[in-house]
Amino acid sequence: MSEYGGFVFPNDLHILWGLMIVMYPYVTGLVAGAFILSSLYHVFHRNELQPIGRLALVASLGFLLFAPMTLLLHLGHPERCFNIMLTPNLSSAMAMFGFIYAGYLALLVFEIWLVHRADIIVLATRSRGIVRTFYKVLALGVYDVSAEARHVDHGVLVILAGLGIPTAALLHGYVGFIFGAVKANPWWNTPLMPVIFLCSAIVSGIAMVVILYQIGMKFSGRRIDATCMQSLARWLWLFVILSVTLELLEIMTLAYKAAEEWKVIAPLLGGRLAFSFIGVQLILGALIPIILLGVVVLMSRYLTDQIRNTLCFISSLLLLLQVFAMRWNVVVGGQIFSKSLRGFRESYVPELFEKEGVALAILIIVLPLVFIALFNRVLPVFEPIAEEEGAEDAVQPA
Amino acid sequence: MLTNQMNDQPEGLNGETCAPVCDRRGFLRRGVGALGASVAALVILDLGELKALAQKAGVPTRPAGPVLGGYDWTKHNYVYLIDLRKCIGCGSCVRACYRENDVPAGYFRTWVERYQVSAVGELVIDSPNGGKDGFEPSIIGYEVAKGFFFPKLCCHCTNTPCVQLCPVGASYRTLDGVVLVDEKRCVGCGYCVQACPYGSRFLHPVTHTASKCTLCYHRLTRGLEQACVQACPVGARRLGDTKKLGDEVARIIATERVQILQPELLTEPNCFYLGLTKEAR
Repeated sequence: MSEYGGFVFPNDLHILWGLMIVMYPYVTGLVAGAFILSSLYHVFHRNELQPIGRLALVASLGFLLFAPMTLLLHLGHPERCFNIMLTPNLSSAMAMFGFIYAGYLALLVFEIWLVHRADIIVLATRSRGIVRTFYKVLALGVYDVSAEARHVDHGVLVILAGLGIPTAALLHGYVGFIFGAVKANPWWNTPLMPVIFLCSAIVSGIAMVVILYQIGMKFSGRRIDATCMQSLARWLWLFVILSVTLELLEIMTLAYKAAEEWKVIAPLLGGRLAFSFIGVQLILGALIPIILLGVVVLMSRYLTDQIRNTLCFISSLLLLLQVFAMRWNVVVGGQIFSKSLRGFRESYVPELFEKEGVALAILIIVLPLVFIALFNRVLPVFEPIAEEEGAEDAVQPA
Repeated sequence: MLTNQMNDQPEGLNGETCAPVCDRRGFLRRGVGALGASVAALVILDLGELKALAQKAGVPTRPAGPVLGGYDWTKHNYVYLIDLRKCIGCGSCVRACYRENDVPAGYFRTWVERYQVSAVGELVIDSPNGGKDGFEPSIIGYEVAKGFFFPKLCCHCTNTPCVQLCPVGASYRTLDGVVLVDEKRCVGCGYCVQACPYGSRFLHPVTHTASKCTLCYHRLTRGLEQACVQACPVGARRLGDTKKLGDEVARIIATERVQILQPELLTEPNCFYLGLTKEAR
């Protein structure tokens, strides 16, 4: 018997997937979202997004590098993790993780290298000693920056970034699929799940880039590009509306169908999930940013740069919270009720210091930020040294 | 801002002319060549060799013949039958399972639920400690019109989601119809636990791997009955074998009105119930 008086299957007492499994879709969502944002510039040539083109890519890599940590901390036998690639079960969606991850990592590293190639060569020229050796290694022995070479670079880059969009969508859509394909769990089991996950991933990716870009500009004493920020706000607004619409659509369908599962989902949403679902995911995290971003998008010409930046910054923070709440409500929320569909399990609160605790979760967010900062020391993330687009500039004498 | 300086950089960097070596096309060509060579190497390492490697590394492979220690798993197909009209809720089966399989406290490979339904459909279900210690008489606010005990275990489904989505192939179904977990393969992700609609799997708190009813496979293959079947004092639990000629349980399942749990999920359970009612889930 649970505290709600319903019946819980005896093996269903505890919540099995905790904070780290909430973190996993959150982090891979940041990865996919930032990448898709970067391809708006690299593939679709939204040139107003040029100031964040590199940052988005590097941020994507940073979070990608630390994403597996969440899974390793969760697994009962992390030392066997390579089984997933050595003896993959081909009927398992989860078994694809290793391959998708590895492929995406390779693609991303190659793309970042291409984007920074000209800079690497400039830096190799300017530096001396061991630093020069370092940049020479990074250049991989290719020093051709002629107009023709850069044209080829650009072509390859567009192809890579283009390939990257479905790969990023796969990397994250597959996480949604993992939940969406569990037919035993009515809160997860919907074909909308991968789409909802993707939309909120893009929201979180853009929100993260907005914050990193503003902080980066603040620290380096440069101006925040107003056109870029306005464009980011517009994309963010679009995707948060899309994402929340889909989330609500799912609930409305469940409520209207009022099938067996609604008897347990209705008290779940009104009770144990009321705060994190209605309070954070819908009101604080969605309604407020939609209004704030609406102001930025619709009343742009009445805003000063500072107000626009502040509104975008606050909205982005709230949206990062919203997406986290959404992950929490899916992963933990889907486990609160027993598969008897008649009662709720014990409540779950992660501890500060445990294998799947809060401290390590914070570390998993901090480490990618450290990576981005270090990367920026090696290769500039914000402003290219060698002019990126102008092939003419490259051959012009200084 | 790239300057002429850039164009003669190769010389500047290496102190010698390396234009033919460093040119991009050559670099790409060499890269593709190296990639092709490694793929070829993988192909040359033929499957047999890979299998031998896997065996050496301790990866279990299917036994060469169907016979293992005198037991032929191609000659059996097990089914399980529970007669709800007979169960008295004594919990002997749960205790026997605990003793036989060293089940960790608080988890269950088999358990018994108690349903108490009123004439107008009010319902109280309980399963204190999985029914392991039997059931105390309970006082509920209505007169029980329909009461029954409901033993459960893994349904050993034919089309089971737990085997389908195990990422490493640790969950598998034997040729004689038993769903098992290879504890040496299992990574402990818990996906199968989430996927089982019947709640019959759990993560073992000591081994950190998925654990479940094995249908006492260690006894089965030696021609012994399961612990729960043997312990049941009223014959409510029975094991059958559809490949055995004249098997009584197989006959009942084939000819009588048996039911399965959550048939709408199409998992094709091999655990059948006699006397299942609409409230049961």
